[in-house]
Amino acid sequence: MSKISVSNLDFYYGKAQALYGIQLEIPANQVIAFIGPSGCGKSTFLRTLNRMNDTIPLTRVEGRVLIDGKDINEPNTDVVALRRKVGMVFQKSNPFPKSIFDNVAYGIQINRIHKDKADLNARVEKALTDAALWNEVKDRLNTSAFGLSGGQQQRLCIARALAVQPAVILMDEPASALDPMATQKIEELVVELKKQYTIVIVTHNMQQAARVSDKTAFFMLGKLVEYNPTEKMFTNPNEKLTEDYITGRFG
Amino acid sequence: MIEKRRLMNSIMTTLTALCAFGVVGILVLILGYISYQGISSLSWQFLVETPKPVGEGGGIGNAIVGSLTLLGLASLVGIPLGIAIGTYLAELGNGWFGTIVRFVADSMIGIPSIVFGVFVYALVVLQQGYFSTLAGSLALALIMIPIVTRTTEEIVKLVPKSMREGALALGAPEWRVTWDIVLPAAKTGIATGAMLAVARVLGETAPLLFTSFGSRFYNIYLDEPMASMPVQIYNYAISPFEEWHAKAWAATLVLITLILVINIIVRYTTRKGY
Repeated sequence: MSKISVSNLDFYYGKAQALYGIQLEIPANQVIAFIGPSGCGKSTFLRTLNRMNDTIPLTRVEGRVLIDGKDINEPNTDVVALRRKVGMVFQKSNPFPKSIFDNVAYGIQINRIHKDKADLNARVEKALTDAALWNEVKDRLNTSAFGLSGGQQQRLCIARALAVQPAVILMDEPASALDPMATQKIEELVVELKKQYTIVIVTHNMQQAARVSDKTAFFMLGKLVEYNPTEKMFTNPNEKLTEDYITGRFG
Repeated sequence: MIEKRRLMNSIMTTLTALCAFGVVGILVLILGYISYQGISSLSWQFLVETPKPVGEGGGIGNAIVGSLTLLGLASLVGIPLGIAIGTYLAELGNGWFGTIVRFVADSMIGIPSIVFGVFVYALVVLQQGYFSTLAGSLALALIMIPIVTRTTEEIVKLVPKSMREGALALGAPEWRVTWDIVLPAAKTGIATGAMLAVARVLGETAPLLFTSFGSRFYNIYLDEPMASMPVQIYNYAISPFEEWHAKAWAATLVLITLILVINIIVRYTTRKGY
């Protein structure tokens, strides 16, 4: 069974429709890349998967999004529990105005995942280790998160997302503001993390999509144009539009 | 071209620098004059004694205690309430109710402080039949609330949306996002707003004339008239005696120093931790 199953999804910002009849299945423990020109709706779609669009007034969703077989847009859905299960990493790193330790511990504490202080410490260390950041910050856990470099801040945000043990991680252009070295680290991390998590990553970088993802979805003007294994998308796509975009003929 | 640009640049730099010096200069002039006039009357006795008849010394000890008591009580009500209302306006105040609250707060900021004095006089003092510390504090709190409200709202709105979304994405309920993330991120700015309100009411005279009135003695009872520095300064200043005029200057110097000290303490304790 698919981890995430989307059918006939329409999305509106007020009267403006942003997504048209999206249909897509996301299997567990894979990396799915969303590509497409700016404004094509890929970020909007990503944000429907953990209902982050609820924070924007006057938005409306139609259609079904099933995660582990449950419709997340049902009126009785616990949005807080949903977001704990479907973590998110944003385009711009957004650490809290707290220490490095507290940034990672925050999600654990509000969700009461830990048993005691020692367990909390262990979980923070594990999350930072999984995000490949532990060695760089272990001696300065109590210093401000704002003292980290851009790439480190982004990995801290990934650690923060991992700490609450989600099933799915949504990444909205997580490396777009980073230099090539930091980008490479994030990409290696994504490949490593798919053993434990299902990952959906939005990217503007074709090579990145090709390097990290198992399947790729190409969006344009709010519609899903093509969704296929990444290798096929980049070598022999079904749609002419996909080929044109990937080869850089537009967009 | 380059010469013209450089010339323009130096002219503008000089102009803005002159404006800055002008403002700071006026402030220094005022502070300098107050210090010059007041410092000779300053003494330990002046700071601890109660007012005495002309020629017998006396000071503003009871007025200092009174002012701090009035300010403390007013802050206890005005600052938390102002922060709460401001946070509400920033986070949930987009509807018609928020618009009304915002309008009321803006109007209250524009109301002359004496109006709050008269208002509390009619509402509390006349009903109870006596002047009291509580009435004075209430008048001051009413002045503080809209100031703290509006500064808090502006500061809380400045906290980036991405920070809120980061917390929401971890499964934090909205109230915890506000409490754990937004307010700590805004705390320095909120403290500045609170300080503006404190500095404003510590110098208020008019609302206190109708409410806490004034007293010549040390007082610990909140249902009795209470001395305060601005009122004491006013009394010293309108008298015909040279000696009392000097005391008015000295009391002014103490008042300004007090505001400065409170400011420094608050800045130090709420400085950015992270």
